[in-house]
Amino acid sequence: MDRVKTMRVLIIEDDVEAANYLSKALKESGHVPDHASDGEQGYMLASSEEYDVLVVDRMLPKRDGLSVIEALRTEGCETPVLILSALGEVDDRVTGLRAGGDDYLTKPYAFSELLARVEALVRRRIPGETDMVYKVGPLTLDRLSHSVKRDGENILLQPREFRLLEYLMKNANQVVTRTMLLENVWDYHFDPQTNVIDVHISRLRGKIDKDFDGALLQTVRGAGYMIKAGNLD
Amino acid sequence: MSTFGKLIRTTAFKLSIIYLVIFSLFAVGMISYIAYSTQSILGKSLNESITREVTGLGRIYQQGGVRRLANEIERKSRHPGASLYLLLDFSGRILAGNVAELENGALDIEGAARRPIKYKRYGDSEQKYYRAVVNVFDLPGGFRVLVGRDISERDHFREVIGDSLVWSAVVIIVLALISWVFVARRVLSRIDEVTLASKRIMEGQFSERLPVSGSGDEFDRLAEGLNTMLARIETLMHGLKEVSDNIAHDLKTPLTRMRNRIEAALAQEPSSENDRKVLESAIEESDGLIRTFDALLRIARVEAKATHLTFSKIDAGAIVQDLAELYEALAEDGGASLVYDIEKSLDIKGNRELIGQAISNLTDNAVKYASENFGGDGSIVKDGAKVNLSASRQGDRIQIIVADNGPGIPIEDRDHVLQRFVRLEKSRSKPGSGLGLSLVNAVAGLHDATLALEDNQPGLKVVLSFPVWNDDVVLNSGAND
Repeated sequence: MDRVKTMRVLIIEDDVEAANYLSKALKESGHVPDHASDGEQGYMLASSEEYDVLVVDRMLPKRDGLSVIEALRTEGCETPVLILSALGEVDDRVTGLRAGGDDYLTKPYAFSELLARVEALVRRRIPGETDMVYKVGPLTLDRLSHSVKRDGENILLQPREFRLLEYLMKNANQVVTRTMLLENVWDYHFDPQTNVIDVHISRLRGKIDKDFDGALLQTVRGAGYMIKAGNLD
Repeated sequence: MSTFGKLIRTTAFKLSIIYLVIFSLFAVGMISYIAYSTQSILGKSLNESITREVTGLGRIYQQGGVRRLANEIERKSRHPGASLYLLLDFSGRILAGNVAELENGALDIEGAARRPIKYKRYGDSEQKYYRAVVNVFDLPGGFRVLVGRDISERDHFREVIGDSLVWSAVVIIVLALISWVFVARRVLSRIDEVTLASKRIMEGQFSERLPVSGSGDEFDRLAEGLNTMLARIETLMHGLKEVSDNIAHDLKTPLTRMRNRIEAALAQEPSSENDRKVLESAIEESDGLIRTFDALLRIARVEAKATHLTFSKIDAGAIVQDLAELYEALAEDGGASLVYDIEKSLDIKGNRELIGQAISNLTDNAVKYASENFGGDGSIVKDGAKVNLSASRQGDRIQIIVADNGPGIPIEDRDHVLQRFVRLEKSRSKPGSGLGLSLVNAVAGLHDATLALEDNQPGLKVVLSFPVWNDDVVLNSGAND
């Protein structure tokens, strides 16, 4: 369960400044970005080169983002795709995912959010996804028996807390944002006015970390949460 | 029966009745005129032929005396289908003729009789009375002659005319009824089509058009006119949607850049703690701006019903359960207790995401106000702050209630708070955009649900009432991507 290694990312985005910022930030995070500024060029690159993940803007000159994704999917290309869009309507997301996108992020977004989602997408393809037992340091979660243990000691969780921990452990060593948690654990995509997720995290923390040595569930400032054995660096 | 009632109330029915009456009057008038003139022509020619015969017989008597006259009458009497003849002497004895019996007094008056008389034919086996027009005249020597013509044929003709009058009236009425039913049904079906189409348009399917049959009739002209109008409205609506999409795109791009730059500046490890705080608050402010902006766009789209929303069969209770669980912990942290009571299988037709957001907004408010009320100045013990969520079936409605025991909303402000950006004086200092309830209101409208703000004594009780899921209703999946 190592952190995702270097990724080759193709950014298809017509806003040059946004693309440059993204490229720069991705490089700083240790990844290798490529940039295409219109749909046609993006399609050419995506179908000829090998990428770990595509970040595609929905509104593009020459060829719109959804049709690029659809064309790639028809050709059998399985590279995970994160759609970026200024349209945040309920069903815009549905159309985006139906066209073959794997995740959908509404503009404006925080880079940390984008990075967390891109890493989660790439991770999803790494074998081990089907593991029945997740392990992070002394903490184990058994997906079959729905049991959680730390240092061999049973921890009792509510069903929702279990799903929260399951999602965090599935993405161990990676940042998971609040919206990712709301989407994946509660299956809602709206933005709650108050940060309700934080309260659930602190409850979970109270159960898995409080009475033990070393905090596993950590807050990543300005981004979200991460479950990790050992201290954050 | 209701269809019949509907038929009777149509304009087509009223027009048909008027046509029917005018047509019947015209037909009766025309047939009566034909009958009358035929009768009078027939009567005249009958009288003329009798007069001619009388003159002829008179001449025979003058030339050959009574004997010749009697012979002539006998001869004429024997012709088949002959006229009536009778020759009497002064004592009233019959000398010749073919009449067996006459109406009393028929022979008393000389000249053409005013009215037809009854008689019996000589040698007629049935012995029944016939009617005839007669003329009686005296001859010198006390002889008296009667000449007449049977008028049963004329009577028969009259009967035929009368019958045809009745039959034509019946046929006219039946035809009028049939044509009325056809016309009315056609008109009604056209109107029903138009009504259905306009209903679909009202529901937000602006690409829908009124049906045009292609016959070029007045309905087609009306429908074409309305369709042109609809096309214009659709263009305008589309323009509006495009404008808001473009605004979304054009404003969000610079917002993204702004956020990116601040984020980048933060990542560069700001020189002082103060710089960091300024940058962080700038990010917070921009996020608030974005949130308000998104909420406004969403409300506008939901209200216009223009967005391609997918509706499906969803369990309202499950959504309330989800949100109760989501907010339970937050409420407890704020010193309030969140209690929920949810019945099973409360299916409605709706969009889970939107209803989820609406209930989230309500619960968020309820938690906020309940705990604020009890811990307003930070010193009072917050115990007693309560938020109640419930979902239940009430007849054919599904009712969702979100109640708190916070400050509530005064009656005079209740309609007011559903409008955009309205925040009551008391809550101005608290965070929030003033769009939460507007979105709830728009979502309720989209789902044919009612939204009521009631007094929870103390506090606010928001009641959302949705129509229960109906298996007969076809899902209107607006998604046409």
